[in-house]
Amino acid sequence: MNQIKCECGHVNPEGTVLCEACGKPIEKNQHVDGNEGQKTLNMRYEGSARRSKTYNRTIIDKIWIFFSSVKVGVWIIVLTLIASAIGTIYPQEIYIPPGVDPATHYKDEYGITGQIYYQLGLHNLYNSWWYLLLVASLGVSLVICSIDRFVPLRRALKKQRAKRNPVFIRRQRLYGETKDVNKEDIVNVIDQLKKKKYKITEENGHYLAEKGRFSRWGPYVNHIGLIIILIAAMLRALPIMHVEDYVWVREGETKVIPQTDNKYYIENKDFIFEIYDENDETYGEAVKKSGEIIPSNFQTNATIYKVDGEIIPGEEPKLEKVMEDEIRVNEPLKIKDADISLYQASYQLNEFQSMSFKLHLANDPEEKAIGEFTFDMTSPQKEYDLGNGYRIVVDEYYPEFYMNDNGEPASFSKYPKNPAFILFVYGPDIEEYEVNFLGIGTNLNADPNNVYKLSITDFDMQDVTGLTVKRDHTLPLFGLGALIFMIGVVQGMYWHHRRIWIQPNEDGVWIAAHTNKNWYGIKKELEKIVENSKIDMPKDQQELDE
Amino acid sequence: MVVSNKKKNRLIFRTVVLFVMLGAIVFALVTNLMKDQEKVKEGEIAPNFSLQELNGDKTYVLHDEFKDKGIMLNFWATYCEPCKDEMPHMDELYPKYKEKGVEIIAVSLDSSELIINNFLDDYDFSFPIVHDKRGEVMELYDVFEIPSTFFINKNGEVERIISGPLTLENLDNYLEEIVPDNENS
Repeated sequence: MNQIKCECGHVNPEGTVLCEACGKPIEKNQHVDGNEGQKTLNMRYEGSARRSKTYNRTIIDKIWIFFSSVKVGVWIIVLTLIASAIGTIYPQEIYIPPGVDPATHYKDEYGITGQIYYQLGLHNLYNSWWYLLLVASLGVSLVICSIDRFVPLRRALKKQRAKRNPVFIRRQRLYGETKDVNKEDIVNVIDQLKKKKYKITEENGHYLAEKGRFSRWGPYVNHIGLIIILIAAMLRALPIMHVEDYVWVREGETKVIPQTDNKYYIENKDFIFEIYDENDETYGEAVKKSGEIIPSNFQTNATIYKVDGEIIPGEEPKLEKVMEDEIRVNEPLKIKDADISLYQASYQLNEFQSMSFKLHLANDPEEKAIGEFTFDMTSPQKEYDLGNGYRIVVDEYYPEFYMNDNGEPASFSKYPKNPAFILFVYGPDIEEYEVNFLGIGTNLNADPNNVYKLSITDFDMQDVTGLTVKRDHTLPLFGLGALIFMIGVVQGMYWHHRRIWIQPNEDGVWIAAHTNKNWYGIKKELEKIVENSKIDMPKDQQELDE
Repeated sequence: MVVSNKKKNRLIFRTVVLFVMLGAIVFALVTNLMKDQEKVKEGEIAPNFSLQELNGDKTYVLHDEFKDKGIMLNFWATYCEPCKDEMPHMDELYPKYKEKGVEIIAVSLDSSELIINNFLDDYDFSFPIVHDKRGEVMELYDVFEIPSTFFINKNGEVERIISGPLTLENLDNYLEEIVPDNENS
């Protein structure tokens, strides 16, 4: 390893741009930052040796050097951005309607571009291996870039000396020479600097005033926060850290809770849907104004059961009540033993629970009931006895009725959202039976010769609650990462690393100043400091350049 | 030598950091790929379940009932038109394959027995039909769309998963695959 010995006697690592101790530019390296032809020095990273630019030996070093480049880092960010944007052109697979075949859906819905999108696998972009690799390499770049800049920067700031090389002083952006200055003036300035909370170090009458070095660590603290966030995101893949699922439960239904290994069941005792009252003191006016129904509460009264003993799925489970609770939006139910929370996420109010019918004479204008029965959707029967020899046979029951392509009645699903029935009426004075076809608001296709008629008298609706089943232990980690991220931002943004060098020589004093940002601020501060002395205000050499 | 020691330490440090990060990336990729996969995979043992026969007392426990037999597990429902279309094919092939040691079980996902019975009034299927009342077996097999058919060989491994309707010809071929004697041919 070639080391560079500066004329001040300090030995610098290979690749150093400005001597760590005195700041003198190292001849062969001084223009690596592309500052040829400029009067001022490039102070980036204190001119320290960014090591990765200098060695290139083993494969490990080569990989390290690749990721150490900020240029590479920026490209990774750009590529990740572009890829993320592409993922939003069409909906991702998880957002297309459930049950449809993605192979045909993208083509049908978006044409040829949709098909290409699907065939390139972009419908699953955020879970694709290459996208993950992209994000991962962003993390690697972040870590290596930070290490490679933090270490030399810290070293350079630690090694810096109050007495600097004249070249370093003269080539600072803020630089001024004042002739005929006496000692008192310098002491006066030093006092002023102390008042401004500068830390003063002295070496043979040369002074360095420094404050806010702390600000320089901001970006690295910020990166630590980012890395914690990436780790948290990674941990979401572990079921013990994070699971998310969904369950629909009808009122009165007891259902297995997903992600609990079939060990826990939930019963929906009642789903409560409340709205703001028009006569409400506080909100009444607003409710009337909007003219709409405004929900105030979605709530599931739930009972949680645990399966007693081992069972094979499908067997009638022996359930033991564990707890009872009300689930509201943002007030989840927590099952401690299963380490799972249930969140109120959705609802449906459009399912029938039962329907009541009456039998009457078709020509009776008062429709006086001969007999009545109630059809319970959860435990429907084949036959209902109305007494007096009348009985009803359920020939067909369609929970969600529609007419299929062949013009036959059929059902879309098993959920009673639009029930329809073909009912046979048997009676003592009916020869065989009379057919009734009943649906909501319709008595379709009834035989005009029917003597008897069935009518719907009443119905009950059942609510369905949609619950998110969730376990998420990564949130605190995300929070911590975000907090550290913000601390880093604040640290780097609201503090400034300012340094002022004062060098007396034979015919006066040189004064130079550097800040990592906010040059306006340091100029104002300098003006105040030199106000009452004979020392001239340093000039901004960069402004002079332009 | 101090200098070469420093260099060696640097290499060790870099190697460790890179390997830790590589490990994290591999972990992230592997767990992510695993997450995408279905609960029941081809080549794995079909999970056990116990369901009662429709209108019967018989309880079918998959792992007990069908030792050394090929099993075709068909998830269907009365509200699923393509399911109803393929059931006559199943009925047609059932006697032939029952003789060869293949059992067909149709798992109905309907809500009530009334609806299934009303449907079966019009047909007379010879293969057993079981009712997954609470949808637990559907959840267990991760059935999203119906019809869904699982072909299970005599060792209890899932040989083939078909989501969507089957033609008579395909059904015949896939059933042949799980005939116990054909296993090794």
